[in-house]
This record gives sequence, C-alpha cells and structure tokens, in this order.
Amino acid sequence: MTVVERREIALVDLLDRLLAGGVVIKGDITLRIADVDLVRIDLNALISSVNEQVPSPWGD
Amino acid sequence: MTGLRYVYAVCHPLGAPLQAQLTGVAGAPAKLLNHHGLIAVVSHVPEGDFAEEALHAHLEDLDWLTDTARAHQGVIDALTVVTTPLPLRLGTVFRDDSGVRVMMEEREADFRRTLDRLAGRVEWGVKVYAEAEPEKAAARPAAKAASGRDYLMQRRQQARATDDLWQKAEEFASRLHDTLSAFAEDARLHAPQNPALSGASGRNVLNAAYLVPREGSEEFVELVDRTKDDVPGLRVELTGPWAAYSFAGDTGAGA
Repeated sequence: MTVVERREIALVDLLDRLLAGGVVIKGDITLRIADVDLVRIDLNALISSVNEQVPSPWGD
Repeated sequence: MTGLRYVYAVCHPLGAPLQAQLTGVAGAPAKLLNHHGLIAVVSHVPEGDFAEEALHAHLEDLDWLTDTARAHQGVIDALTVVTTPLPLRLGTVFRDDSGVRVMMEEREADFRRTLDRLAGRVEWGVKVYAEAEPEKAAARPAAKAASGRDYLMQRRQQARATDDLWQKAEEFASRLHDTLSAFAEDARLHAPQNPALSGASGRNVLNAAYLVPREGSEEFVELVDRTKDDVPGLRVELTGPWAAYSFAGDTGAGA
C-alpha cells in the first residue's frame, strides 16, 4: 500500500468542497447552488471523458 | 453596469495584507468589504455569466466549472495564508455591495460563531482506493476452461478474490476513519468519487475530511503515513491542508 500526496489539486477534490461544502447563503440573486445536481455534473464529466479518450470503455 | 458581486469568504479583519493583484473568478481583483468588523471577500462578476440562469447553465459546463472552481480556490488559498477564512459555497452572488452588507448583517452572529469554531483549524482530505490486482481481476480470461463447470468454478474464484478485496478495503477504511476521527476535532464523509471525474484508478472506498488544528497537522499527516504497511491493493491519498470547507456548513453537529 502506498500513501500518495498529490501536488496539483484534483478538480473532484475541489468540487467535493466547493459544491458540497462551504457556507450556503442564499444570495439576493435567487441562486440555489445547494441544489446543483452533482450527479449531473458527474454524468457530464463521464460523457466528456469518454469523448476525450477515444476508445470508450464499452466500445470494443 | 458594474456587474454583480461574487462572495468567496467571510473572515475577521486581516492582520497582514492580502497578496497584491489577487484575481477572482471572472478576472477582476478580489477586494475586502468591511462590515461591522467582519470582512467579506468579494469581486465583480459580469451579469451575463453569473445571473441565475446563466450560472446554472455554466455549472454544467465542465471547463467553465473548472476555471471558476480553481479561481475561487485561488482566493481562498491566498486568504488562508493570512487568516482562517470561512469559505462560502461556489457561486454565491449578490446584486451589489449593499446586498452583501445586508447578508452580513443577517448572518453576523452565525459567522462569528463559525469563525470561532474554525479558528486556527485546517481540513485534511483522506481517500482510500481499492485496486483489484490485474491477475485476479475478472476481466482476464482464465486459462482455457476444460468444461463449462471449470469455467464457472474459475469465475467463482475470481469473484471471491474480488469480494475479499472489497471486504478488506471496507474494513481498512473504517478502521482508518476511526483512528483519524479520534485524532481530529471533527470529520465528514463525502460521497465516493466518480472515477470518470477523478481519473484515479481503483474504487474509491473512503472519501473523508478531517478538521485538525494547524499545529496538529504534522502529527495527523504522520498518522496517515503510518498506514502505509497495511493491506496490499489499497492506496491512501492525502490532500490538504484545505480551508475548512467541509466544516463551514453547519454548526458542528459531528459526522
């Protein structure tokens, strides 16, 4: 087993904190970031990662 | 005309100046808005990108989200050097400075309480991944099965090896979480990460955050480091120190 300390901050780690953590304040612009659907972001990421790495996981 | 106000964090007045030329999410400089002895860190953002509808559309654009999240984090990072900021969730936007002031007034007691609770603390992220060894992974076609029965047996063995690993991983993760939680002041469990988004190999079986006093950080890192020798096929990843994002949300009802 290895313990890895990553130097560059991974986007996922950032999103775990910025979209699921932090103080939730309803701005006077009626934003409801609390409701941002992380599943949907995951899905978009999945789609874009499949597009980037051409052989798709279920392709062959 | 002057755009909207994006708020990054609330903090006590800074003892040291903020790094010069600190740029916020839309390229405008971050500045300090003082209200009744508390500071909101804000920057101007264009209405075209940050009004409600536009923002919602942007949040589904991974490139935009990446840039915005990194810029937000950049401001929080710079603040962390000089104070313990109370970070706000991504995309907290107000019409103008007076909107921010009204909010500061309404939440003042809350902010002060949370700032006290987090003062001098940082957050560490710890993740555990379990990686099925390639030779045991189900994907590998086993040595030619002589019969349907052999084939089924091989499949069963592979499945069992994988189950064993997951079970070991779960046990390891919960033991590690117990150890780290006992050391930390508070802990939060995040949902396991999607490998498509993280690009990490293996299954994420623990994704946790721990609130640790700054001066206890070294010891905490050593504690994580000491898990090295335990179970083959498992990988532990440490991130941080972060501003206490995962502990800013509620008033400390422990996880």
